[in-house]
Amino acid sequence: MKTRIVIQHEPFDLGREVGDLSREGVGAIATFTGHVRAEEGLEALILEHYPGMTEREIARHAEEAARRWTLLGVTVIHRVGELKPGDPIVLVAVAAAHRGDAFAACEFLMDQVKTQATFWKQQRRGGETVWLGLKPADDKRAERWK
Amino acid sequence: MKLLYFAWVRQKIGKSEETLQLPEGISTIAALVDHLRTLGSGYADAFADFKRLRAAANQVHAGFDATITDTDEIAFFPPVTGG
Repeated sequence: MKTRIVIQHEPFDLGREVGDLSREGVGAIATFTGHVRAEEGLEALILEHYPGMTEREIARHAEEAARRWTLLGVTVIHRVGELKPGDPIVLVAVAAAHRGDAFAACEFLMDQVKTQATFWKQQRRGGETVWLGLKPADDKRAERWK
Repeated sequence: MKLLYFAWVRQKIGKSEETLQLPEGISTIAALVDHLRTLGSGYADAFADFKRLRAAANQVHAGFDATITDTDEIAFFPPVTGG
């Protein structure tokens, strides 16, 4: 399985990433793109991560996904730094021979990225920053895969 | 050992990393936290509540009962929020 995991400040190119996953045997590519939700008064989302551990942690979950489903490729790109409302923040793309595997693995990986990968977020409103915690609903979504 | 701090743990302590000689008799992350708490008010504040803290040993999530040695990289941070 081809795995590509990147943490970057820059935006990503969804079309290019899907193109890179396309090859012989691939019949389905499921993609999820997360965006910074525009909320009243939200000026920016500021993300930091643990370089090294973040990539290892996501790679571990990609390997787990490859054990659970028949996959041909996984790409996870997560942005860090200062993002504005509406900006794309994360991309999970999964290539497989069949759509069932691609859909399931894509959702699994996104749930793991949300709850296990070492990212931390601050919201800025009115010039003040506040750290965000994980929502119980996110933990619940991740629990479903156990 | 190498210690790393992220998010508000880093802000409270006032640095993102440091090197520490693991004191004699400390063999778990929990015992290390008890030691760090004595290093100053920023540390005491950052490590006040175990429930709000998570740890990693050598870049793998670890429980506070995990055994550690002086060559480890130990990180402390709040619960993660990706995506």
